[in-house]
Amino acid sequence: MLNRNNLKVWLKSVSLVGALWVANSALAESPEEKGLRIATERKAADKGWGDSIATTKMILRNAHGEESVREMRLKALEVNGDGDKGLTIFDRPRDVAGTAFLNHSHINEPDDQWLYLPALKRVKRIASRNKSGPFMGSEFSYEDLASFEVAKYTYKYLRDEVVNGEKCWVLESIPTDRYSGYTKQIVWIDQSHYRPQKVEFYDRKRSLLKTLTMSDYKLYLDKYWRAHTLSMVNHQTGKSTDLLTTETQFRVGLEERDFEQNALRRAR
Amino acid sequence: MLRLNKICAAVVMAASSCAVNGVIAQESVDFELRGYFGAEGRYYAEHAHDPMQSDSQFSVTAEPDLYWQWPDGNNSFTFKPYLRLDSQDSERTHFDIREAMWLHIERDWEMRLGIGKVFWGVTETVHLVDIVNQTDTVEAFDGEEKLGQPMLQLTFLKDWGIVDAFVLPGFRERTFPGKEGRLRGNFVIDTNNAQYESSDKTGHIDFALNWRNTYDDLDISLNWFNGTSREPVLRPEMNPQGGLTGELVPFYPQINQFGAVAQYIYLDWIWKLEAINRAGDKIDDYNAMVGGFEYTFVGVFGSFSDLGIVAEYSWDERGTDASVPAQNDVSLAARVVLNDISSTEILAGWTQDLDYSDSRSLFVEASTRVGDSTKVTLDMWLFNSEDSRDLGYGFSHEDFIQLAVEWYY
Repeated sequence: MLNRNNLKVWLKSVSLVGALWVANSALAESPEEKGLRIATERKAADKGWGDSIATTKMILRNAHGEESVREMRLKALEVNGDGDKGLTIFDRPRDVAGTAFLNHSHINEPDDQWLYLPALKRVKRIASRNKSGPFMGSEFSYEDLASFEVAKYTYKYLRDEVVNGEKCWVLESIPTDRYSGYTKQIVWIDQSHYRPQKVEFYDRKRSLLKTLTMSDYKLYLDKYWRAHTLSMVNHQTGKSTDLLTTETQFRVGLEERDFEQNALRRAR
Repeated sequence: MLRLNKICAAVVMAASSCAVNGVIAQESVDFELRGYFGAEGRYYAEHAHDPMQSDSQFSVTAEPDLYWQWPDGNNSFTFKPYLRLDSQDSERTHFDIREAMWLHIERDWEMRLGIGKVFWGVTETVHLVDIVNQTDTVEAFDGEEKLGQPMLQLTFLKDWGIVDAFVLPGFRERTFPGKEGRLRGNFVIDTNNAQYESSDKTGHIDFALNWRNTYDDLDISLNWFNGTSREPVLRPEMNPQGGLTGELVPFYPQINQFGAVAQYIYLDWIWKLEAINRAGDKIDDYNAMVGGFEYTFVGVFGSFSDLGIVAEYSWDERGTDASVPAQNDVSLAARVVLNDISSTEILAGWTQDLDYSDSRSLFVEASTRVGDSTKVTLDMWLFNSEDSRDLGYGFSHEDFIQLAVEWYY
């Protein structure tokens, strides 16, 4: 029979067990759960940026150090619940000036992609299941330039490590898309602002293919960090590409209609 | 007093929004110039039929592209003249205004007024539904180049698709190689005495409508054109005495054309279909279609190269009486994109006529970039035809190789 005292004791023991159970489960957060939690928090930290316009320059270097320059403008629109939308207009090399690339990225299905060829006034749709090909002859693939979405990978927390002077979580990310060009990525995310600092890409043969380093982070709208220098080095070919952002503006008033097929025809 | 305040507030609001717009405008493009200068050499493998023609020709080209944008960002003007000077063919030496277009953008509609170019369709080998602009045959005998067309184009952006309405005043005659030019067939076409069904001749005003929409992986468009046919009927030319001059003269009938386009993406496949129905008092009513697929292998042979395969079949209801060579033809082409710094691409293809078994053509197009902004393109075409009834027969001695260099700025 439960008298008042007994009830108290019983309640105490129940709550103690409960507390222990909660504490225990936090301690026992598996590397997979911790990895997913960090990735989810990373995405959440970058939510709400809206839209942006950036002017960028790509410097392509071959193994002999010879350089070639690409210049382009990027318009981007944040999409909640799906991948972001992007419109890229090329300015250099001059023979492709005016060519525009429209991408509606998706989390669980292939992106919708279109290319506008100004000389022909023609919009061509692109089959985009496989995004492992190089972007404009650079060391970046289409896949590398797509927006980060939590569901695109499965995660495993590996360790803590200091990179670029920042204390980072090191995560193993395995692409969920079977048409990805990679078997895994190792990502260093800093613990102060959830910013990726470094990524290692492993090819389909599971050997290290490329390393991407992010630097020159700048803060926008008091919340959103953007790396102004992305350096990709291909370890297998000795080639490298620097992607430099010269200017970025946020919340310039871009809307869905600026990312429709029709907008491609007047992209300039 | 209250009212005055309201007006003042409105004026201040308007002024400040202008100021904001002004700031944005300063950062956007006000004037931009780009374009290229080109040089081209062409060599023919066989001697010409006509002693007037030669076995090689050279030309230089220029195409500047001038662009102005109004400070509000909703208005722009593009001016793109084009010039080619050819060493051999006086008809190929020509000037054209490819574009002189004012574009006005509103939230759910757009207006284009001036001279411009519009492309309709999805297929690669034959452009059946593409009818707004006239073909510039002296530029490219395969129909890939177009003349500027005067037009008023209104675009309406609706939830159920995009509608383009066109008023097309001012007809452009098709260009044809002259007496001294190659790739003209066995007969000279007298472009100075073109004939028309309409008494308005080149002054006839044509109309066109196009609706297009995307349903997930399916793109559909339907279009209609009414006016002067871009494709002339070539008739033997008579002299005033009623005798034959030995040349052909183009006759442009009035037509009414309906077109339909479908494109479907499935995995790495793109399926394409174009169909038309063309009717008129001076032509036989007929249907024609072209369809096929494009399939891309990404990263072939363990490299960064992509290999695209294009297969298309074209059919014309008129059969061997058709005015086009692709009446029952199958084409197969392979495009290799190296994805290198120089953007090197090689496209090779083959077309076989299924009615005339000896009629086929083979082509190779390769391009690459040299340095920062110079593009080099190599083209080769080989033709075979044994039957004089085949429209391709006139090309059977016209095998050529062409090297073009273009400097972009």
